[in-house]
Amino acid sequence: MSAATSAANQLLLDRRTFVRVSATLAGGLMVSLHLDLPLLAQEANAAGSQSKVYPPNAFVEIRPDGKLVIQVNRLEFGQGIQTALPMLLAEEMDADWSQVIAELAPAADVYKDPIYALQMVGSSLSIANSFQQYRELGARTRAVLVAAAAQRWNVSPEQCRTEASVVHGPGGQAARYAELAEAAAKQAVPATVSLKDPSRFRLVGRRVRRLDSRSKCDGSLRFGLDLDLPGMKTAVVARPPVFGAGVKGFEDNEARRISGVHDVFAIPLIRGTGVAVVADRFWTAKQARGRLAIDWDLATVERADTARLLTRYRGLARMPGKVATSRGDKMKIDSFPASDRIVAEYDFPYLAHTPMEPLNTTVRFDGDRAEAWAGSQFQTTDQAAIAEVLGLKPEQVTFHTMMAGGGFGRRATLDSHVAREAATIAKRFRGTPVKLVWSREDDVQGGYYRPMHVHRVEIGVGPDGMPLAWRHVIVGQSITAGTAFESLEVKDGVDSTAVEGTVDTRYDIPNFHVSAHHPTVNVPVLWWRSVGHGHSAFVMETLVDELATRAQADPIAYRRKLLKADAKRLRAALDLMDEKSAAWRTTLPPGHAAGIACHEGFGTTVACAVDVSIAGGRPRIHRVTVAVDLGVAVNPLGVESQFQAGVAFGLSQLMAKGAITLKDGRVEQRNFDGYTPPYIVDAPLAVDVHIVPSGEAPSGCGEPPVPVISPAVVNALTRLTGRRYRSLPLVTV
Amino acid sequence: MASFRLNVNGQPKVVAVDPATPLLWVLREELKMTGTKYGCGIAACGACTVHLDGIATRSCVVPISLVVARPILTIEAMAEDPVGRVVQDAWVEHDVVQCGYCQSGQIMSTVALLKAMPKPADSDIEESMGGNLCRCATYVRIRAAIRSASQQLEEHKKR
Repeated sequence: MSAATSAANQLLLDRRTFVRVSATLAGGLMVSLHLDLPLLAQEANAAGSQSKVYPPNAFVEIRPDGKLVIQVNRLEFGQGIQTALPMLLAEEMDADWSQVIAELAPAADVYKDPIYALQMVGSSLSIANSFQQYRELGARTRAVLVAAAAQRWNVSPEQCRTEASVVHGPGGQAARYAELAEAAAKQAVPATVSLKDPSRFRLVGRRVRRLDSRSKCDGSLRFGLDLDLPGMKTAVVARPPVFGAGVKGFEDNEARRISGVHDVFAIPLIRGTGVAVVADRFWTAKQARGRLAIDWDLATVERADTARLLTRYRGLARMPGKVATSRGDKMKIDSFPASDRIVAEYDFPYLAHTPMEPLNTTVRFDGDRAEAWAGSQFQTTDQAAIAEVLGLKPEQVTFHTMMAGGGFGRRATLDSHVAREAATIAKRFRGTPVKLVWSREDDVQGGYYRPMHVHRVEIGVGPDGMPLAWRHVIVGQSITAGTAFESLEVKDGVDSTAVEGTVDTRYDIPNFHVSAHHPTVNVPVLWWRSVGHGHSAFVMETLVDELATRAQADPIAYRRKLLKADAKRLRAALDLMDEKSAAWRTTLPPGHAAGIACHEGFGTTVACAVDVSIAGGRPRIHRVTVAVDLGVAVNPLGVESQFQAGVAFGLSQLMAKGAITLKDGRVEQRNFDGYTPPYIVDAPLAVDVHIVPSGEAPSGCGEPPVPVISPAVVNALTRLTGRRYRSLPLVTV
Repeated sequence: MASFRLNVNGQPKVVAVDPATPLLWVLREELKMTGTKYGCGIAACGACTVHLDGIATRSCVVPISLVVARPILTIEAMAEDPVGRVVQDAWVEHDVVQCGYCQSGQIMSTVALLKAMPKPADSDIEESMGGNLCRCATYVRIRAAIRSASQQLEEHKKR
């Protein structure tokens, strides 16, 4: 280990930020990060507020009882960041891990991603981008504690060492961090600090259990939906049955007759208009909504229809789109006779994220300020949207980050539509907290899906069975066009989130041409865990497997041969997977087949082998062996857990009822009976995860498990049935 | 509106609600016991699982009028339940949870399973847990934790 980590051993503070230490009223130590900007949002709330008051800009607090409270600048929604970031800080601080308490930080400038100017979770970047930040904060905190001890004992700081929240002096002196807190608060924070050489890590690299386990097992943890504030009301919204439609008129006498209903009124939505129902209880509000008679104006909105879209997309796929990448001769493919050519057309449906905790946001508007509670992946933009609706500045909205029950991209909305709806409703009830809840039906039918896609690929195969020409057309809506992310993601008319995983393939293919069409369709779309990689890896890895079969080559050996010379990390993952799965792959019982896939995305390389049979017309996955190279594995237990579950999540797109479809503008599925993610019987029986040892800078593990699994399973199915599976979901095997 | 006398985790409770109100919403909104989760409202995900008369039940589709005096056990009582505690400990030991939202229901289904069948086969686990959706898909660890809890309970019995 060491490359990236030791390169960063000497660090200078960013000019715009500085660390400050101060004493807490209780006699502890507060380490906070400051920007050269005013941070009104961090001022204490008005007296009488029910909510917690955040110490300004705090990252670390040492309490007199020795507890160490660490603020996490990211949403926790299952990925384990609430454990991993504190591990980095505690590592450099030499803190006693058993005393660590992690809290989700509210929205504030200091908690923005150090590289992006947003407080966010996305692109599996949390560890990559906050790795150095949290280590530095830990090292600086340690430095002031050591300085305080050295001063007390009249020795030099270099003569002291630290372990488990205790400073040890050269003469056998010892002082707990908590008892040094007051003196440490008076020390100057060093501008530069040395970080540990990874060989000295005591916590990072160890299998550490999550900090939030117990409270998630005994029902005590409060998710956003569990929030209960005095006088709180609950709101639901009747949204148009076709996206973007508006309310012509509505009859609410029946709804208002229900005891506990407070108000019923039309509200503007991001697309169209809707009718809000506000009641004492969710159950009451939902019942009342069911009794509304709404006359919708459907005449002026486009009615998207899956069957018609598929025809349109297939037509587009036969024409070149906007060029995403072009190497060599793009007409080369036309010189191959039909016998040396593979032509493959794939289609992928819309996919809903359906996180277990239905979407919700609570807002209380107090006139000159407001307070909001939400499990948001994009705190900065959701806070700003709420402020805009309420006519406030963002810093006048105290935004609490709530633990979220999953998200998978659904809580990273580009238009903050949930936050806006909540603020729009709360604005009418000044001083009263209003919790907006999306029912499961609202969620399944509410749009913001992974876009539907068609891929069409033509491959010219050389005499040695290797691809010599590859022409690839991708058709699907742009996720980011027309949003703040457009300038970042869309280049020359191509949205990178649609073509990632294809344009940046690690396979060495001469005469490689990829283009894209982004039709405009009246269905809201959004990133869905692993984004473009989820469909592109399926296309790439099933086609490479087909090429291997055609060449009568071993699928792993073929991939090795086709990989670029510089694809070292993908090769390392492939080699490790090969080694760890060889024993079971070569002794499969009759009726079983192995499927292989590998992929690189989000800076992480993954290879997997699956053992599949067919039972009851469905793939039965007996075993998965995964190898992954993600640089330094901060918490190997967390990585293992993400991969074990993430591959099962990735099976979503193979489920028989794993599609959102539209008929004449209306979504055909309503709930988990019609749109069915993987249950226990659909998931692998065993998943063994192997991490390539590395000292490189860390990359993420939230999204990388997803792309590899579905092509690997389908490659195994093809070996069992001889059929190709190019239309998802897998309705029949 | 009608008044109902309930037995929740061994405690008598009285609520005044519409008789059609599902048990789930009585627990969450009247009794403020939010450990039991809302996931679908149609008994398709199992997040709302409680024990009614000792039977794992989807509380989102049981109207309060049908509950009457039958004892209700929720996740909040599991730390004090001899099987519940072992299951919770196994969950923590195996680092099962991710987002955690479904885990109250997973644990309630597991406790009911192990009370009825202390040594379940893999097929029994799939059958009993088959309706509990975990969108994070932590199923491999759920299986491991169930096996481990079953073993723990077996050892307790021997002592």
